[in-house]
Amino acid sequence: MAFESLAGRLQETMKKIRGKGKVSEADVKQMAREVRLALLEADVNFKVVKSFVSRIQERAVGQEVLKSLTPGQQVIKVVQEELANLMGGDQTKLNFALKPPTVILFVGLQGAGKTTSAAKLANFIRKANNKKPMMIAADVYRPAAIKQLQTLGGQLNIPVFTLGDKVSPVEIVRQGIEQAKAEHNDLILIDTAGRLHVDDVLMDELEQIKAVSHPDEIFLVVDAMTGQDAVNVASSFNDRLDLTGVIMTKLDGDTRGGAALSIRSVTGTPIKFVGMGEKMDAIEPFHPDRMASRILGM
Amino acid sequence: KRYRKVDEDFFEELEDILIESDVGVTTVMDLVEKLKDEARTRNIKDSDKLKDVIVEVLSDFLTKSKDETKLNLNPDGLTVILMVGVNGAGKTTTAGKLANRLRNEGKSVLLAAADTFRAGAIDQLQVWGDRAGIDVIKHQEGSDPASVVFDALKAAKSRHADVLLCDTAGRLQNKVNLMKELEKIKRVINRECPGAPQEVLLVLDATTGQNALNQAKLFRQASDVTGIVLTKLDGTAKGGIVLAVRHELDIPVKLVGLGEKINDLQVFDADAFVYGLFSEMFETPDEEKNEDSSSQQL
Ligand SMILES: Nc1nc2c(ncn2[C@@H]2O[C@H](COP(=O)(O)OP(=O)(O)OP(=O)(O)O)[C@@H](O)[C@H]2O)c(=O)[nH]1
Ligand SMILES: Nc1nc2c(ncn2[C@@H]2O[C@H](COP(=O)(O)OP(=O)(O)OP(=O)(O)O)[C@@H](O)[C@H]2O)c(=O)[nH]1
Ligand SMILES: [K+]
Ligand SMILES: [Mg+2]
Ligand SMILES: [Mg+2]
Repeated sequence: MAFESLAGRLQETMKKIRGKGKVSEADVKQMAREVRLALLEADVNFKVVKSFVSRIQERAVGQEVLKSLTPGQQVIKVVQEELANLMGGDQTKLNFALKPPTVILFVGLQGAGKTTSAAKLANFIRKANNKKPMMIAADVYRPAAIKQLQTLGGQLNIPVFTLGDKVSPVEIVRQGIEQAKAEHNDLILIDTAGRLHVDDVLMDELEQIKAVSHPDEIFLVVDAMTGQDAVNVASSFNDRLDLTGVIMTKLDGDTRGGAALSIRSVTGTPIKFVGMGEKMDAIEPFHPDRMASRILGM
Repeated sequence: KRYRKVDEDFFEELEDILIESDVGVTTVMDLVEKLKDEARTRNIKDSDKLKDVIVEVLSDFLTKSKDETKLNLNPDGLTVILMVGVNGAGKTTTAGKLANRLRNEGKSVLLAAADTFRAGAIDQLQVWGDRAGIDVIKHQEGSDPASVVFDALKAAKSRHADVLLCDTAGRLQNKVNLMKELEKIKRVINRECPGAPQEVLLVLDATTGQNALNQAKLFRQASDVTGIVLTKLDGTAKGGIVLAVRHELDIPVKLVGLGEKINDLQVFDADAFVYGLFSEMFETPDEEKNEDSSSQQL
């Protein structure tokens, strides 16, 4: 595959540069070219790539780097630092409501993995934080969406609130929260229908759901295989809803997942969890450093 | 009309547009080389004239013959169509739409619910069957998908159906066991019905980036993909990766998905697709002023 050889080349360049006692501007240029290629092949948005590459180039040819005693190592440090900056440094924690219940809203494009992630996360938080979750089935559009959530809820023994598919999602959420409070569920996860970020009517619906549910977390669920469009999608959802985090799904595949980098750097929204499979335990907190090396293929 | 000189800047912009559409660096380089050659040999200096050449070249590149988009239907007997692809791409939805379309063309159609794995998958297909007035052959959740297909083939034969459409579970191409399962499904079809499946349609989400190349490569290895259905083109993603798939693997696009409704399925139109890629670059100054999301759609 094209990428493996590219990753190999990139490592070669890095290795060459690392050992150098002298690094020329041409060396830096060559490295910048290969970093650019690696990022583009990993689906990092091309505008993000442009500014990233010019930034590392600028810093790398700067006095303190090329004139230092170990220029090669300094150049690599620059790349790693800048990449870590883009990915967001530390792992970020979940926001819990001071006054329970904690409400988590899942939004995103069609087929991204919202329903699966909602169930996985309900299970995850129940164990990690000793909570009593309830899920709300607020997707009334996709065929058998409610059934899907009920099946997952059944597997995990987590209650699912539904009013069928003839009631508006906003009303379902409103009543679902009342019911959760009455039954002392301190964690509510709301599954919503997949929608396009340019669908005004359905984006309005999300704003209304947000207004009645006061979520502590609004997670944009993003397929890790997403290409250049990821930034448009994330920016639109963020503008409308003020996202608090991103969940990247399907990272058990062989994608590089460059969308993670783009989204983080364009919206500033941290990635909080990654989906690693179809099973209910296949969700993990996000590790920025691992992701950075995956994207560069190293 | 906006006049632009065909110069290095112009080709750089072209490159950016293609990269932003997920075409992928390697294919972009080759395509832009090709276009530069054409511009040179035909002595084209004005971008407005080059526009037609771009559409012509890329469109030829995407469809090698007119018949390519036609589904290969068995004229005297049962046609079997197998839907394959990664999770959430749109297989089940496309199966429903396509079944409906074929039924409207006067064929007797059956659906096989061979995704026995995903929660709610069988019910989802049943909803589509109900919408289209088409019977769905199904077993219980968790049963062997190959045996569902076996039964569906039997039913299709005894009812003298024209077309059997098999939905399968989403699987990431790097999951060896799941790909073996797909091989087995295909083997059963071929054993019970020599010459079948006539079509193995790889369903690709238009928002997918470079990973689609791996998808096409490995799904073809496992199931001899005959064509691509490019879904979710109603969003802002351009689906440019199909150019790379054509370039590197020579698999044609046959159908496109343009929404979640039953009629949102169209035969692939290369010209329209290419215009979609360049909608921003080709727009008239007029359109530029009231830029809206519709200009980004196909
Ligand atoms: N391999 C893998 N598959 C996943 C992961 N997360 C979700 N999926 C699968 O992706 C597909 C889509 O997941 P859903 O949870 O239905 O996605 P959704 O966003 O709710 O979809 P809509 O409601 O139709 O918009 C299903 O086949 C899931 O099993 C993951 O981390 N890894
Ligand atoms: N906007 C839009 N949505 C689509 C299109 N095709 C499918 N979808 C939606 O995408 C989501 C996933 O579609 P499915 O048909 O369930 O995908 P799948 O490949 O069968 O998914 P799995 O079986 O989980 O692997 C659903 O919400 C569909 O309604 C399309 O062309 N445009
Ligand atoms: K997807
Ligand atoms: Mg869902
Ligand atoms: Mg399906």
